[in-house]
Amino acid sequence: MELVQNFPFITIVFSLTCGVFCAVFHGNGAKRLCIAWLTASFLMSAATLAYTLQSGEYYIYYMGRWSAPWGNEIRVGVLEALMATFFSGVMLCSILGGMSHIFEDCDAEKTNLYFTMISLLMSSLFALIYTNDLFTAYVFVEINTMASCALVMLKSSGATLVATTRYLIMSLLGSGLFLLGVVTLYGITGHLLMEDIGREVREIFREGTYSLPLTVIIGLFSVGLAVKSALFPFHSWLPDAHSNATSASSAVLSGLVLKGYIIVLIKIIYRIFGFEIIVSERMEDFLFVFGILAMVLGSVAALRERDLKRMLAYSSVAQVGYIYVGIGLNTEAGMAAACIQIIAHAITKPMLFCAAGGFMQVSGGSKAMADMRGAGRRDPLGGVAFTVGAMSMIGIPFFAGFVTKFHLAEGALTSTTPRMVIAVAALIISTILNAMYYIPAVFNIFSPRTDGKFADVRIQPRFDYTFAMTAFIIANICFGSFSRFFVDAIREGLGMFGI
Amino acid sequence: MLSNLFINYYETAAVILFGVGFTTLLMQRNLLKKIIGFNFMDSAIYLFLASKGYIAGRIAPVIVNGDTDPSHYVNPIPTGLVLTGIVVSVSVTAFLLALTCRLYDRYHTLDIDEITYLSRKGRD
Repeated sequence: MELVQNFPFITIVFSLTCGVFCAVFHGNGAKRLCIAWLTASFLMSAATLAYTLQSGEYYIYYMGRWSAPWGNEIRVGVLEALMATFFSGVMLCSILGGMSHIFEDCDAEKTNLYFTMISLLMSSLFALIYTNDLFTAYVFVEINTMASCALVMLKSSGATLVATTRYLIMSLLGSGLFLLGVVTLYGITGHLLMEDIGREVREIFREGTYSLPLTVIIGLFSVGLAVKSALFPFHSWLPDAHSNATSASSAVLSGLVLKGYIIVLIKIIYRIFGFEIIVSERMEDFLFVFGILAMVLGSVAALRERDLKRMLAYSSVAQVGYIYVGIGLNTEAGMAAACIQIIAHAITKPMLFCAAGGFMQVSGGSKAMADMRGAGRRDPLGGVAFTVGAMSMIGIPFFAGFVTKFHLAEGALTSTTPRMVIAVAALIISTILNAMYYIPAVFNIFSPRTDGKFADVRIQPRFDYTFAMTAFIIANICFGSFSRFFVDAIREGLGMFGI
Repeated sequence: MLSNLFINYYETAAVILFGVGFTTLLMQRNLLKKIIGFNFMDSAIYLFLASKGYIAGRIAPVIVNGDTDPSHYVNPIPTGLVLTGIVVSVSVTAFLLALTCRLYDRYHTLDIDEITYLSRKGRD
């Protein structure tokens, strides 16, 4: 075994350890440790990606060297390594971009605990990406929930407490359903490793026994994970939780946490059920219909908002809809589009939230659009980043969002006719709606007319903010302009994702 | 079909309890009752798991007198899963209770609808 093959395990376990150490340091020490570790895990994930791209096949890492039916496994392929690389990079840049707000919003003696939560969150995201064991996935889903709730309630105002409670209750309902699904599946198949379950489930399906329990289990998994990743009718908790948190938390929650659960769902589809069973149980119809509704109605809700961060939060609801439509198309191309959207949204939305944080700083802490008039002139880098993000969300070529829309449309064209028509129509409507709320927001931010109240406030140049914004802008344009490499990697990764 | 419900009475009871807990967590307005509902829901799943692992007439998987024949023992994996699950639900309960304390300190009520109303009123 080569050294690189240990990196996924090291990133998971050392992130947990880093969280423990952050809890005993003071604010600045914890910050340095957390940033150093996030940088290291980004480099390690990139090395893993290079290794898997070079070897061209996945490998399985046996924990404690116990082999298949007894031990716990980590499975690493191109797709997992690519996701881990992007997620750790985005996490690092989001923290840097919102650093000044973390220290403002948090009580001085509790700042170190913020970095503890970030480390735990990173660890659980790595684990959700890499794990091959269903019960481990459940445990890390819970760790993810707890850490993200703690990130929301960092600002101890009444609004964040209420938002956290609602978020936690909805998440617990979701994970209860997910756990019941895991347990029932264990009762039928007697395995917890996804590949073993997958083989048993296909056997059961061929024999035609247990068809009712299988339907129930698929329903439990999809509803449970849909609640946690804020698919349309279950999104009521999202706008409050994401808009009231500090800007780094909003960025991380919107960009990464929602995606962790979707990766688990894609893994369940590929490794446990396979396309054949999914189609015969009509799970993809459910995801497709609600994804389409989310794409349109999320954008309509965003259109009505006068609060910038709530607008961005509703935009996330719509963007999660794109991912579910990609999954619901039920073709290889659609699934690839869903994975592209996971990455494209993960690099775009945190940039928008960090820029919104910068605008709030030069507008007296207000989140209202009216107070942010001309904020882009007072915080020029944030203004540029917001414009890039808005263009990416609308889907202008050479930005990340365009790649998604292009591949989603391409995936829709390979699907069945009614689905193709609906998906393309929803894509067009959603694009128009996106333009209708992002373009006025950009105009508002660069408006020369300010009402004088904050006209002289300028943003203090900070190295971390500048670095994060520049990195986000470069990443977005690179992903949009040189998408061939990433799309090929995702296709190759999906090819080795199943059993 | 219906007779299966009586043969697997542990599982039936577990799923009914899960439903009770789930509805309580979703519908109740009182935060403490919500927390109780959450514990109902999770305990129901542990009952389900524990009953899956039990095999009638066998003993707990602890080796005494050097008897290593697996056919004498019950399945130990579900028990391990239950223990892990209990740890998770205990910590979530602690978190929820702490949150409830802070909400009560601020708003002097446990009714989630009223708390939401009060917090909206405070903001505008």
